[in-house]
Amino acid sequence: MDNIIKTIFGRLSIESLPIHEPIVVGTFLGVAVGGIAVLALITKFKLWGYLWKEWFTTVDHKRIGIMYMILGIVMLLRGFADALMMRGQQAIAFGDNQGFLNSHHYDQVFTAHGVIMIFFVAMPIITGLMNYVVPLQIGARDVSFPYLNNLSFWMTAGGVVLVMASLFIGEFARTGWLAFPPLSELDFSPDVGVDYYIWALQVAGVGTTLSGINLIATIIKMRAPGMTMMKLPVFCWTSLCANVLIVASFPVLTATLVLLSLDRYVGTNFFTNNLGGNPMMYVNLIWIWGHPEVYILILPLFGVFSEVTSTFSGKRLFGYTSMVYATIVITILSYLVWLHHFFTMGSGASVNSFFGITTMVISIPTGAKIFNWLFTMYKGRIRFELPMMWTIAFMLTFTIGGMTGVLLAVPPADFVLHNSLFLIAHFHNVIIGGVLFGAFAAINYWWPKAFGFKLNQFWGKVSFWLWVVGFWVAFTPLYVMGLMGVTRRLHHFDDPSLQIWFVIAAFGALMIAGGIGAFLVQIGVSIWKKEELRDVTGDPWNGRTLEWATSSPPPDYNFAFTPVIHELDAWYDMKDKKAQAPTEGYRAIHMPKNTGTGVIIAGLSTAFGFGMIWYMWWLAAIALIGVVVVAIWHTFNYDRDFYIPVEEVVATESERRRLLGQGA
Amino acid sequence: MSTDVLSADPAKNPTYYLVEDEDHHHESGGSTAIGFWMYLMSDCLIFAILFATYGVLGTSYAGGPTPREIFELPLVALNTSMLLLSSITYGFAMIAMEKNQKSSTLIWLGITGLFGLAFLSIELYEFANLIHEGAGPQRSAFLSSFFTLVGTHGLHVTFGSIWLVTLMVQVGRFGLIEANKRRLMCLSMFWHFLDVVWIGVFTFVYLLGVLR
Repeated sequence: MDNIIKTIFGRLSIESLPIHEPIVVGTFLGVAVGGIAVLALITKFKLWGYLWKEWFTTVDHKRIGIMYMILGIVMLLRGFADALMMRGQQAIAFGDNQGFLNSHHYDQVFTAHGVIMIFFVAMPIITGLMNYVVPLQIGARDVSFPYLNNLSFWMTAGGVVLVMASLFIGEFARTGWLAFPPLSELDFSPDVGVDYYIWALQVAGVGTTLSGINLIATIIKMRAPGMTMMKLPVFCWTSLCANVLIVASFPVLTATLVLLSLDRYVGTNFFTNNLGGNPMMYVNLIWIWGHPEVYILILPLFGVFSEVTSTFSGKRLFGYTSMVYATIVITILSYLVWLHHFFTMGSGASVNSFFGITTMVISIPTGAKIFNWLFTMYKGRIRFELPMMWTIAFMLTFTIGGMTGVLLAVPPADFVLHNSLFLIAHFHNVIIGGVLFGAFAAINYWWPKAFGFKLNQFWGKVSFWLWVVGFWVAFTPLYVMGLMGVTRRLHHFDDPSLQIWFVIAAFGALMIAGGIGAFLVQIGVSIWKKEELRDVTGDPWNGRTLEWATSSPPPDYNFAFTPVIHELDAWYDMKDKKAQAPTEGYRAIHMPKNTGTGVIIAGLSTAFGFGMIWYMWWLAAIALIGVVVVAIWHTFNYDRDFYIPVEEVVATESERRRLLGQGA
Repeated sequence: MSTDVLSADPAKNPTYYLVEDEDHHHESGGSTAIGFWMYLMSDCLIFAILFATYGVLGTSYAGGPTPREIFELPLVALNTSMLLLSSITYGFAMIAMEKNQKSSTLIWLGITGLFGLAFLSIELYEFANLIHEGAGPQRSAFLSSFFTLVGTHGLHVTFGSIWLVTLMVQVGRFGLIEANKRRLMCLSMFWHFLDVVWIGVFTFVYLLGVLR
């Protein structure tokens, strides 16, 4: 009997459910009640068919982009809840007070926070932005491989499912977000935590790599006629470089995690302490992926800031060419700096000097970008709309983060500051100040394009000020304590003189919580009052690039006629030359068909991961065979496209002209 | 793309919209070649990491067997010839495809598959022997990295073979239509890519291993 249960459930037992952890039980109840309510509402309003047909199976890059954004924002709430718990714990856990989290739980919280924020918040948000905006900016009707795009999204969602499952079934890794061995080896982490980590990242990683390939092919092959590479909008350039980095670095992560899983599942000795294993191999390999990863995150947002600065200054971008080359140089240099994450490994003065210098060199192209943005604003007619406010906050915040980064790039200084709160403050300074501020700039900027109405200004400003001020209140104390030598990832402190700094930091975290709340209110209020915020022109900001040439939201086919490009800021050029879109000569438009295969393959992959995590070998085997069978079955379907009839195109376009006439 | 539109003296009368759209956007599979190349390069990176790992750990014998003691070059030479021959026969299949000869394409593909199968069988035999002798992947970091590098290549050949059989069925049922030709071309690149990787394995793992 025991054997049968073991075969069916593997390691999973009633004890795996964290019923003794009141915080987790409370969260579970909250999620369960909320989840059931959402499911009930969908069922009540009979939305399942609509969701499945119009969204889950869609191959439309715009809808997939929106789904990525929703996924990223939902996971931001989860990742931020972890942050609040850490700030709360560290603010009270002094002397006799052990705080409300034991170290076992606290270690999971900081690991989950890092993993979720990087892989399931930042990555979906930048992938969503690129998906939505790139095809529109290059005048294309979709990405190169629309079906693959759908699969990529669902693989990312599968990774999210595994991470979320770890909260309620079993536990998450207690290793820190990069799971360094030997701690992450079976000897020291025998539970399922590291396995959840591995399989969540592997499932999501496949999606990320495929979407990287897809977007590169799109940018290279599907640009509208006349759009040479040096007429490509800056956001597309930075996206191209980010995706090159994805394709050139995510396979490294995949291979590294495979080696770690072989150690854990098969008993090989790659990163073990004995039989010739070398844990520092892992640290090198994972940072060869990890450093390009931070540029994958920031580059697309550099593009966003470029678009926003130029639009809201009413000028073309200063130094477009230097911006492109700066991006390319950053792309290349990002592969030559990985060792600065572990100067303390002891590889010697020469090696450390090399990596220290390459790291400092990266600040040159980045500095060039900052100056380009400043010169774009110089003598411009600046409109302080929300996207521009976020951009200015970024420039101030990110520059300081960049300077602390250069400080850390000096190996002797790094020996002192390594693993301290100074480092934590530094990378939050650049990731929040760069990626998150950029995401908010982008959301405020492109929301009207995606939904046809602007976002509410008042709540946007409340969110902005709470975020920016809250960020500095939360992280300045960490800089200070880092200089004092306080290390990261501690769940309890003995020295009571530190407490005041942690209390200030916790207060800052609460302000950021207010900022997130205000952001959600902003979206809610905007939807509620959307008629007042409506934009029928499709070009609410007086934009310069092609996405503003079509209606908001754009029709499924984006452009009834493919635009022809003569200048860098193509849409500005069209407006300048008073180019009118033809009103006749429409043709039926060739489009890809929706498919459910992506959902099925991603679901089976997630089941495979779950089976591997819990040693349910039968489940893993069936799911893996299922993936292969469904993939093969999909290739037997040769009928993958259809035509949007010309009548429909004519109807959509004349409706747009009617609205435009009204608006003008 | 419509270069003729652009060459028509844009200064005087620029065109801003293509009315006669030649539908260059979804000509089926226009981006497949470049997309598949990028996939291959990303796969190449996985092998690069495995080679690098072998390079670092390849001499960490942990008191266990060394390459000279366990590698049997004649067997590996036989194995290598199987894979190289399969690449040649795949080439013949592509030539037949270009000439639109369905049945000869299928025959060459079948022969390619048999060579692939022979390669896999010999590799499995080699692995089984090593494990039987106590030189399994758990024995030392050298053997861990050896089995992983060679095994990953073998896994690729396995998936390539499954893909090959699938394509044979599809060519048999639907003929040498454009979509199938594109797929055969992708598999061709994949197959030759595995050949190139194997030459690296043969040289750096086996030949250099016995020299050590």
